[in-house]
Amino acid sequence: MLSLPNLASDLGAVWLTFKLATVTTLILLLIGTPIAWWLARTRSWWKGPVGAVVALPIVLPPTVIGFYLLLVMGPNGPVGQFTQWAGIGLLPFTFWGLVVASVFYSMPFVVQPIQNAFEAIGERPLEAAATLRASPLDAFFSVALPLARPGFLTATILGFAHTVGEFGVVLMIGGNIPGATRVVSVQIYDHVEALEYGQAHWLAGAMMAFSFLVLLALYTLTGKRRP
Amino acid sequence: MRRLFIPLLFAACAAHADEVQVAVAANFTAPARRVAAAFEKHSGHKVQLSFGGTGKFYAQIKNGAPFDVLLAADDETPARLEQEGAAVAGSRFTYATGRLVLWSAKPGYVDDKGAVLKQGNFKHLAIANPKLAPYGAAAVEVLAALKLVDTVRPRFVQAENIAQAHQFVATGNAELGFVALSQVMQDGRLGAGSAWVVPANLHKAIRQDAVLLDKGKGKPAAEAWLGFLKSDKANAVITSFGYEV
Repeated sequence: MLSLPNLASDLGAVWLTFKLATVTTLILLLIGTPIAWWLARTRSWWKGPVGAVVALPIVLPPTVIGFYLLLVMGPNGPVGQFTQWAGIGLLPFTFWGLVVASVFYSMPFVVQPIQNAFEAIGERPLEAAATLRASPLDAFFSVALPLARPGFLTATILGFAHTVGEFGVVLMIGGNIPGATRVVSVQIYDHVEALEYGQAHWLAGAMMAFSFLVLLALYTLTGKRRP
Repeated sequence: MRRLFIPLLFAACAAHADEVQVAVAANFTAPARRVAAAFEKHSGHKVQLSFGGTGKFYAQIKNGAPFDVLLAADDETPARLEQEGAAVAGSRFTYATGRLVLWSAKPGYVDDKGAVLKQGNFKHLAIANPKLAPYGAAAVEVLAALKLVDTVRPRFVQAENIAQAHQFVATGNAELGFVALSQVMQDGRLGAGSAWVVPANLHKAIRQDAVLLDKGKGKPAAEAWLGFLKSDKANAVITSFGYEV
């Protein structure tokens, strides 16, 4: 049953997946942190709608997200017309197209843990910082961020792992291009569809082990921090 | 109450026995619906159609999926199922032969000789994954016959099946692509955009075979469905969608 793995193309897919998940997680930490901060502290009426938009990918099937991304980023969609105007060309079938899709798709897994961590800090440490004449920016970087570290850890791990596990959206906007959009989940799907079950086992088994270890690390690390 | 109930129960069972579950290759979706409607009217049996990739159906059938009949996108999968004892020996036949078309959603983009492939000022050419889909394999054969595989390959975007290849082109994300004639033909004419119907001698014939599966053995509705699929009435529908029979 177990034939040797198809090294060149399988490793290419593994490397691409790693790259996609890393870039996506970094971008999400950068743009997700201010969103989470705002969501945690605002009393604006917009909190509900913005929170709902961030959480959408949790409930929407990937077919819906992929289908709309294909239309929105296509030549007749608003994003597609903008990227063409900006001289970038069209995003579907490119690595950066996958990054944009993954940022949207994995956003709740990064924003929500950070938001929860910010909310758990409460007003008092920030008020204390203010009485010590810390500017709001200073208070954010030297009080809020360190206190929210467990939330950032969870967000980083979940954002990365969720992007690695992405399949439906990539299938719909990726075009299965080696080195650009053929990630591990798509490669496994191809092996299974082509009845190359032995090849599929290598990658699928590795994904199982990876996902288990990531979640194990997450629960062990965050579990220890609770009193 | 009981007097009413028992005949009702009977009727429900009878209706169930007269139902045929058919797994249909994605490219045959539209004609299958049309043929099924005619069959239901003609025979009184019910048809349940499921659409999808042939490779996926193979795995499902081998793992106990409740299909009576498979209308595959190729001729290898039905033969394989028959060899492995999952289908009834001798029940195979070609219900349609597919035609390949180079298609663009833009009118006037594809000329009627396919010269656009040589000019090559396009970024993306959509094809179905040649490893998985017969239409994708045929597309690569055509490009090989035209000696264009190597120049065009970097611009391939591969879809998991022919339905998705069509979607890539229809949304304009790929300027053009190889799809099934059946997908772009409406009532015997090209529905939208521009197309080159690829000469059949540029690739191996895309023979799509039907086979009676083990679950459908001895089911009157399943046998009637296969019989109807060979009838002139069904053939007229199938050819109107751009297949040959």
